[in-house]
Amino acid sequence: MIVKLVYFAWVRERIGKPEEEMELPDDVKTVRDLLVYLKTLGDEYEAALQYPEVIRVAVNQEHVEHHEAIKGAREIGIFPPMTGG
Amino acid sequence: MNPGPTIRVQAQDFDLQAEIDALAKGRRDIGAVVTFTGLCRDEQGSLTALELEHYPGMAEAEMRRIADLAIERFSLMGLAAIHRFGKIRPGENIVLVIAAAPHRQAAFDGASFMMDYLKTSAPFWKKEHLADGSSGDWVAAKDADDRAREKWRT
Repeated sequence: MIVKLVYFAWVRERIGKPEEEMELPDDVKTVRDLLVYLKTLGDEYEAALQYPEVIRVAVNQEHVEHHEAIKGAREIGIFPPMTGG
Repeated sequence: MNPGPTIRVQAQDFDLQAEIDALAKGRRDIGAVVTFTGLCRDEQGSLTALELEHYPGMAEAEMRRIADLAIERFSLMGLAAIHRFGKIRPGENIVLVIAAAPHRQAAFDGASFMMDYLKTSAPFWKKEHLADGSSGDWVAAKDADDRAREKWRT
């Protein structure tokens, strides 16, 4: 599955780019799987996702929990807890 | 009549009175308009600006989802939410919420609900620019904001 990953705030800064397209391995099925997989891609991903429990994820621009599947995702947003308002 | 909410994410400032007029002018059924404006503060002089980052598309979509919930729950007659992005200096506006209803309690509650959910669910992030010229930290999410949202889960 090829998805567009988009990063924001300190996740974007630590990974060093705002977005990228990526082919995901077939065994990456849930949000949690995705975060574990991304951490293997290099030090910058490891730094961004060091504490995956605080990371928020959106699939096709809607919030999802870590146990949820990413099947059908075209765009996956990965970012810290939100601080707007 | 419950028109859909007004949702905008923009770099430029907003005009409070113009936004109230857009929502309520000419209507004879609205008895209460509550507005909330969030401003950038200087944190006792240590902060020169906030840099507001957002997730384009999702920010508007999430604000609209929250606004639709608020309109439904409090039977609002109008709701507007405008959030700015980019560099915002102390004293300048960040966010505006306007809730209109027949009576005051629904308008107060609608505006409060909108803000409590917006702070924890709408994809915006604040980075500090400090008075010593350095780029400071990203603002950390507050547990108090999560608790403020949780009180609506009844």
